Amino acid sequence: MNNTETEITDLKTKLISEFQDFEKNLNGEAETTLHFIRKDAFENFKELGFPIKKLEDWKYTNLNPALKQNFIQSFTEYTPALKKEDIEKYLIKNSGINLLVFVNGHFDIGLSHIETKNDKVYIGSFSEGMKDHKDVIEKHFAKIAAYDKNGFVALNTAFAKDGCFIYVKKNYEVKEAVHILNISDAQSESYFSQLRKLVVVEEGGSINIATDYHTIGDQKCFTNAVTEIFCGMNSKVEHYKIQNEGENSYHVGTTQVHQEKDSRFSDTTISWGGAITRNDLNSVFDGTNTECHFYGLYLLTGRQHVDNHTLADHKMPHCYSNELYKGIIDGNATGVFNGKIMVREDAQKTNAYQSNNNILLSDDATIYSKPQLEIFADDVKCSHGATTGQLNPDEMFYLQSRGIGKENARTLLLYAYASDVIDSIKIDELREMVVKKLEMKLK
Amino acid sequence: MGTEVDILEKVTSSDYKYGFVTDVEMDLAPKGLNEDIIRLISKKKNESESMLEWRFKAYRLWLEMKEPKWPNVKYPPIDYNEIIYYAAPTKKKKLNSLDELDPEIKRTYEKLGIPLEEQLILAGVAVDAVMDSVSVATTYKEKLGELGIIFCSMSEALKDHHDLVMKYLGSVVPQTDNFFAALNSAVFTDGSFVYIPKGVRCPMELSTYFRINAENTGQFERTLIVADEGSYVSYLEGCTAPMRDENQLHAAVVELIAMENAEIKYSTVQNWYPGDKEGKGGVYNFVTKRGICAGNNSKISWTQVETGSSITWKYPSVILKGDNSIGEFYSVALTNNMQQADTGTKMMHLGKNTKSRIVSKGISAGKSNNSYRGLVQVSKRAENARNFSQCDSLLMGDRCGAHTFPYFEIKNSSAHVEHEATTSKIGEDIMFYCNQRGISAEDAVALIVNGYAKEVLNQLPMEFAVEAQKLLAISLEGSVG
Repeated sequence: MNNTETEITDLKTKLISEFQDFEKNLNGEAETTLHFIRKDAFENFKELGFPIKKLEDWKYTNLNPALKQNFIQSFTEYTPALKKEDIEKYLIKNSGINLLVFVNGHFDIGLSHIETKNDKVYIGSFSEGMKDHKDVIEKHFAKIAAYDKNGFVALNTAFAKDGCFIYVKKNYEVKEAVHILNISDAQSESYFSQLRKLVVVEEGGSINIATDYHTIGDQKCFTNAVTEIFCGMNSKVEHYKIQNEGENSYHVGTTQVHQEKDSRFSDTTISWGGAITRNDLNSVFDGTNTECHFYGLYLLTGRQHVDNHTLADHKMPHCYSNELYKGIIDGNATGVFNGKIMVREDAQKTNAYQSNNNILLSDDATIYSKPQLEIFADDVKCSHGATTGQLNPDEMFYLQSRGIGKENARTLLLYAYASDVIDSIKIDELREMVVKKLEMKLK
Repeated sequence: MGTEVDILEKVTSSDYKYGFVTDVEMDLAPKGLNEDIIRLISKKKNESESMLEWRFKAYRLWLEMKEPKWPNVKYPPIDYNEIIYYAAPTKKKKLNSLDELDPEIKRTYEKLGIPLEEQLILAGVAVDAVMDSVSVATTYKEKLGELGIIFCSMSEALKDHHDLVMKYLGSVVPQTDNFFAALNSAVFTDGSFVYIPKGVRCPMELSTYFRINAENTGQFERTLIVADEGSYVSYLEGCTAPMRDENQLHAAVVELIAMENAEIKYSTVQNWYPGDKEGKGGVYNFVTKRGICAGNNSKISWTQVETGSSITWKYPSVILKGDNSIGEFYSVALTNNMQQADTGTKMMHLGKNTKSRIVSKGISAGKSNNSYRGLVQVSKRAENARNFSQCDSLLMGDRCGAHTFPYFEIKNSSAHVEHEATTSKIGEDIMFYCNQRGISAEDAVALIVNGYAKEVLNQLPMEFAVEAQKLLAISLEGSVG
């Protein structure tokens, strides 16, 4: 035990000591407003460190095995190492799609392809975005995801450099979806990558964003992703996160959403890769009549561990939130669900619904589920439900009695079970990819 | 809306109806907690050496422990050295019949609406009335004795049935369990002990009335119920405490043990002083209640109606160890003014084919906070475990809070676990329906709340159900949704 603890301090110390290296590589950027935020976040990280199991929010997720590894960070100029063929299989088969490729947190302009180019929208890297939209970035960067409470957010903010920036101006509807492909190149080294994404959608704007995570190579890697999404008045944002990393990958991701009046936000999180995955998804309703949908699917085998934390924070009246998380857990895998609906004092006429279903396929599989309601207003309609069970034997019998083999019947039922979540994906080609992958996984 | 606020205000301002102090001569120990006090308590109770050692062990463990901070309640730090750990009404002589009971105490019960004699004769209830820390009267003992049932105060049990008590004491809630359980183990002064022999069905509801009386006296009750193979018992516990300005600490421990084919039903109506409108005064109720279904086919059922105490911190739990055993938890928790309640249950499924059912109904009014916190745990070997939980919250007023913290830890693929929770207020349409049929707003609220809580109230034995309904009505007096 002691040994582990010292190791963790070591990774923390290592990361702390690397901050100066990082600063050196900023090339004159060290005096900007952004960098003051980084330094502040860095101080916060020094204090917060990595979360420990004693914290209620980390009760069921032990990161020690991940933090024991000797990870390296790279701050130097990125030299493209991957070729088009390497990433071909991960691409969404649609020519009208914006593709942004990040390798170990670095933007790879050669592999990326921006379809939508006009003065109403910016899709690209942080550093490019700073040229034209400095004011927007400074207004929102690190303002949505607070870095004074969560060590991972603080760490990410401190080292954030070459992230993704998407900016949609007033009343512009981005017809072409954005695909952000994050690749961990773990062919020779174990990288610790800090991925950062900032999405700002102004009043009446709309956009669909798909983010997926892959690993190339068998080395261990750690991804610490922070996404900030600002939904302006009456805007529409759809966000899909598909976590598809290798079996030696660790992933901690925080998505923080800020919703203004009349906005609509929808998120679908699918986790089926990685050794340990932690997804935090928080949406704050800062205007009346906002709407938000959270969909989640986790399909786990082997020794995988996935922890999903969500929060729908109702601050204003007349808001609606709906959440559906489904899990299929096999082998020795562990699933964790912690969903919270917070209804603040002023949030009258809130309508909130939350549901978490789990299917355990093996006796060594474990689920920890905690659907939580915290309500401070009286005129609200809030409910939640949670179930854990197995495939319905009646349904299995029905299918088998009609000549469908046991294996096929099982696949069919699990597919039907998962499709509620998958159907929430609005990009057809992406949905097809997900369905294919699901079918493969179920077999 | 106007009437609603008016009536809620009326409720808020209604005085605690059971606030009075019985003037009985008291035997008090000095304030504070140390080994001498424990020795004094043990000596006063004529306890054995082994029991004293047991207390010391708990005390030493307690010194190492920290007060739990995780419950969703707020209160100023408690100074454990400002509490009197022993208070007993001075006994003049041993009582043979109820007539010899101190008239003051008798009157107290009458004010509470429990005429002891009447209950004895009419309802056939044996009452082991606990006045502060010493059991004053034990009734119907002989009749129960014929069946081999032991129903007596803990101190008597420690004298007369020493080995039996020592065998089970602390077996469900060990001294190490938590901060308040350790404190209780060190300083408990009295409580009840029930033993039902093999195959006996207890012919009457056993009941005990607890009452905190002396100022600054923590009430540290210890209850132990053992139901041997194939037996059945229904036990009632009810409490009301007089009005006091300083917070009184109550840290009781209840242990239930059900052997093969045995069934225990434990019902509580808790109506201690909740403090005034500003939250001043009131009882801190930090209770550890746990039962174990030790044998196959056994059953433990907890029913509670919680309306009192300024802070309630209580999780009656069941360890489902025997195969085919059943655990149940039915709860109505009502908070008003500045009251805080963090209550719920734990169902630990260990045996095969075990079942549990949780029904929790929270009602919050005023500026109160009401939390449900529950854990359903299915261990790896618990084949075919089944759980159903339902926790609903009813909010009255826009300054109160309702919270739900359900935990599920499932490690077996054959488990069926279901949970649902809703939060709402009394619908305007329902109120309108009642009003247009000539039911006043006030009556309508009482009707709706009683209907809302019916599922739980139905579980209570007759005598209690009536009292509980009265309590809900009093607590919400004049309230309109």
